[in-house]
Amino acid sequence: MFLALFAVTFVASAILGGINEATKSAIVKADLEQQNIAIATILPAFSYLGTSFKVLPAGETDSLQFFPAFSKDSILVGTAIKSYSRKGFSGLILVMVGLTPEGNISGFKILEHKETPGLGSKMAQWFSDKNKPKQYVIGKNPEITNFTVVKDGGSIDAITAATISSRAFLECVKRAHTAWKSNRSNQLIPATTVKAEPSKEGGAQ
Amino acid sequence: MKRMQTFLNGLMKENPIFVIMLGMCPTLGVSSNAINGIGMGLATTFVLVMSNLIVSLVAGYIPDKVRIPSYVVIIATFVTVVQLTMQAWLPSLYASLGLFIPLIVVNCIVLGRAEAFACKNGAVLSILDGLGMGFGFTFALTLLGAIREFLGTGKVFDLTIYPEQYGSLIFVLAPGAFIVLGYLIAVINKINKT
Repeated sequence: MFLALFAVTFVASAILGGINEATKSAIVKADLEQQNIAIATILPAFSYLGTSFKVLPAGETDSLQFFPAFSKDSILVGTAIKSYSRKGFSGLILVMVGLTPEGNISGFKILEHKETPGLGSKMAQWFSDKNKPKQYVIGKNPEITNFTVVKDGGSIDAITAATISSRAFLECVKRAHTAWKSNRSNQLIPATTVKAEPSKEGGAQ
Repeated sequence: MKRMQTFLNGLMKENPIFVIMLGMCPTLGVSSNAINGIGMGLATTFVLVMSNLIVSLVAGYIPDKVRIPSYVVIIATFVTVVQLTMQAWLPSLYASLGLFIPLIVVNCIVLGRAEAFACKNGAVLSILDGLGMGFGFTFALTLLGAIREFLGTGKVFDLTIYPEQYGSLIFVLAPGAFIVLGYLIAVINKINKT
């Protein structure tokens, strides 16, 4: 009996260990590629990605990851920012936000969420609906537009029956924009320059 | 004849969802639309066939007292191998089905068939049983998913049949799943009796 159990668990762990080793690097590569594809869809055309770095906004506990993108002549074309909000209806929402050097939203991609299907889960389609300017966030600048839901006095239409998810989404985008703005004045992403230096700030993610 | 019987068993007479009623948890959770239903069903079928095969081959060497933990370890190992392999070399397939894979380990159908059939039958019959049960599961999930998707969002397989605003949201959520499932169980069991 012990022999059988030992044999089963030994073979199982050997197989698992082996597969884990064999797939480790491929998984890291695949994840990175998915991330780069996500970044490519939300930013204007770029030639290469600069070194990514993390920024810890003042007074917050989690840092945001910045991915600056440059043209052939090393001019900043846009920045993708992995932002978050913990105020989703069912908790954490992760969004990759694309910002142009002027601070306009060039695109976004919802990376992770647990919002209710049919309600909050419509975030990806709702806020990118070109035919509905009052909820379409692409091209808007959180500094210029009143970037909250109409219910809170803002100018963005929330998802019908999913105000909390909508608020969380907008908070997430705004957080990215605020961190981006404060970073500009810190000269960490200058408007036009060569590759950005990795930030010395770390912060837990 | 026995082989055909074994295979067809899982489709209607002993359909894992409508008759044996195993694996209800992932059924209710994943059947919110037809495409998810098919994806989960096919992934589960693959695991079922392979786990049935492996268990039927090693069952002779495992004493009765420790068979359940052994089968669970075997199934969990196999599913993890599938998950890691998909994550590494089929990233787009993993992106669509990846969430379902960990759910398959705890799907009672897999352990249930290993325990009730695969450990007592040969490799070929076990494979056929896995296929039959798997397809029965896929059929159940897809039907359930299609009905819920149609009533809840007006779409089937992502094709709009009627505008979404006339759909009843309840069918997209868990209570609706229970309701549709209940009616389907009644219908299928009535068909089986005739």
